[in-house]
Amino acid sequence: MATVVVPTPATRRQRKAWRGPWRYPFGLQTFTWVYLIWSIVPIGISILFSFNAGKSQATLQTPLSLRWYSGRNKSFPSVLHDPILHAAVVQTLKLGAIVTLITIPLGVGFAIGIDRWRGRTSNGFNLVMIFSFVVPELLLAVALYFVFLQLFKFVHLGSEAETAALVVWNISWPAIIVRARLVTIGKSFEEAAADLGASRMSALWRVLTPLLLPAIFASAVLTFASVVDDFVLVEQLSGNGGSQTMAVIIYSQQHGGGGGPALNALATLMLLFSLVVAALGYGAYRLMTRGERGSTTEALTSIAGM
Amino acid sequence: VATVTETKPAAPDRPPHAATLKPAKGSRKSRWQARSRQDRLDSWKPRWLWASLAMPGSIWLLLFFLLPFYAILCVAFGTLDPIFQSPVPIWNPFAWDPQTFVNVYHELSITFASPFWRTVWYVAVSSLLSLVIAYPVAYFVTRHAGKRKSLYLILLISPFWVSYMMRMLAWIDLLQTNGWVNDVFEWLGLMNRSTPANWLGGHSLTVILGLVYGYIPYLIIVLYAGLDRIDGRLLEASQDLGFTKLRTFWRVTVPLSRQTILAGMFVTVLPMVGDYFTNQLLSARKSTTMIGNTIEGQLNYASAQSDGAAASVILLLLLVPAMIYYVRSTNKASRENA
Repeated sequence: MATVVVPTPATRRQRKAWRGPWRYPFGLQTFTWVYLIWSIVPIGISILFSFNAGKSQATLQTPLSLRWYSGRNKSFPSVLHDPILHAAVVQTLKLGAIVTLITIPLGVGFAIGIDRWRGRTSNGFNLVMIFSFVVPELLLAVALYFVFLQLFKFVHLGSEAETAALVVWNISWPAIIVRARLVTIGKSFEEAAADLGASRMSALWRVLTPLLLPAIFASAVLTFASVVDDFVLVEQLSGNGGSQTMAVIIYSQQHGGGGGPALNALATLMLLFSLVVAALGYGAYRLMTRGERGSTTEALTSIAGM
Repeated sequence: VATVTETKPAAPDRPPHAATLKPAKGSRKSRWQARSRQDRLDSWKPRWLWASLAMPGSIWLLLFFLLPFYAILCVAFGTLDPIFQSPVPIWNPFAWDPQTFVNVYHELSITFASPFWRTVWYVAVSSLLSLVIAYPVAYFVTRHAGKRKSLYLILLISPFWVSYMMRMLAWIDLLQTNGWVNDVFEWLGLMNRSTPANWLGGHSLTVILGLVYGYIPYLIIVLYAGLDRIDGRLLEASQDLGFTKLRTFWRVTVPLSRQTILAGMFVTVLPMVGDYFTNQLLSARKSTTMIGNTIEGQLNYASAQSDGAAASVILLLLLVPAMIYYVRSTNKASRENA
């Protein structure tokens, strides 16, 4: 549908400023599209292969079917009927939920506390938190492996160790995002609450928390997605089977030569979970920041942790 | 700072507007007004609230982040059980035994040398390649996407939501000997069907492709966020003062985004150094092993575990300068924003 857009003076000025007297950078645009195609099309193809009629991972075999999702063939089990794949789906969702539920309160409290409680101790902890964000995951995994093996022997490798590790690995999401939001909010709302007679507790609960809600939500979405995607920590700390997530199963089966469209189906399900969570997060973020300045791009970048 | 009892403004469960309706009486009111706003906020009750809010997270970080890195040192400086050959950590730093480091240092020059230098080489090439691809894309989307910015952002962010394993799986599918990449090469007349290229058979090129494909979404997000913060008026000013667009780019945009580029490089380099799964999935040959594979492999054998710990410590020490730089620059950026 063709619509005629009459540029308002503001947009015309803006556009002139960006374009200047020079032409539109078609070269850059082409480059961007080539990149986007390169980054997205392979994923689409891998989703397509998950509907293969045969067991090839390299070619499309029609007619497309759901046999790798729910088929009952014993020798080529589907995600639904292969006990290992099925268990991986359940473990991933469980771990994602538990880790998010622990990480978010810890991280949000940490962000508010560190931001308001100025001093050497708080600076130190903040530094530690940022280090936990940048340290290579493998090194953290090795370190935690030794701790659970030699020191905290009561934390068994498996779901317990995975949870402890994933919480520490993801705590920086709420800590960083909520703290950034705190900085943007500023102190004026709290000062107003103080002037109006609120105690610190009630200002925190009735004024600050509602304002922080979008950031809390965005970080919850990121934490969940990051747990679903996590590979290194879970692989190193999963012990002897039973507590492996989808990512670890995809790696170990593909690497072990047991690949097949069932793994593509598993990966597609993983993508589905992430997309549902992302869409929910985006919708909720828009809903919560309704009436605020800023727009779609703002919500999009927040949900991606920028 | 005054004591808490003096400044108690209102009962906690009073509605927020109560104070305006019923102002506090007498001298207490005047003292209340005399104090600065900041003071009032600081002396709110209870004072320990902030510390107690931060405590649970801090304790978790202590137990599962700082302590593990101490434990890794204790294992690396520890000894081996004489019977089982399993590592025995030495918790007292004054009794640390550097023997393992001597061993690892020798291994570094023999068996570890090739994975180590290969890691340096792979990471350097892949991160530079990522930058060369990511920068123009991020630049285009920040400066020229116009009304379609949201669409571009959705497309740029979408790989971020796809699991890393799935993205690798996608290329495993495409790069099989009878896969679609070979089909395209054959169709272009560059390849003979009878001798298909075995992309997954230990090619450095494939591993580098995998690393770039795997980590570039993170880099683009960092670059986009950084470039988006550059004040457009500076670019306008530069053009008003006679710079061409290209010169504006080189002399204004690039210098202003130097911090962002460095941050983006750390975002790709640090995880790439610890990567051991990309090359395992896309090649699984000894000719493409990286330092991550060496460390990960040593965890599987009790007798090699302390060597693994020592190698991790060495790797960590090599990366600490980069991490400190990154932490300092992000700290500085957040202070400037505040």
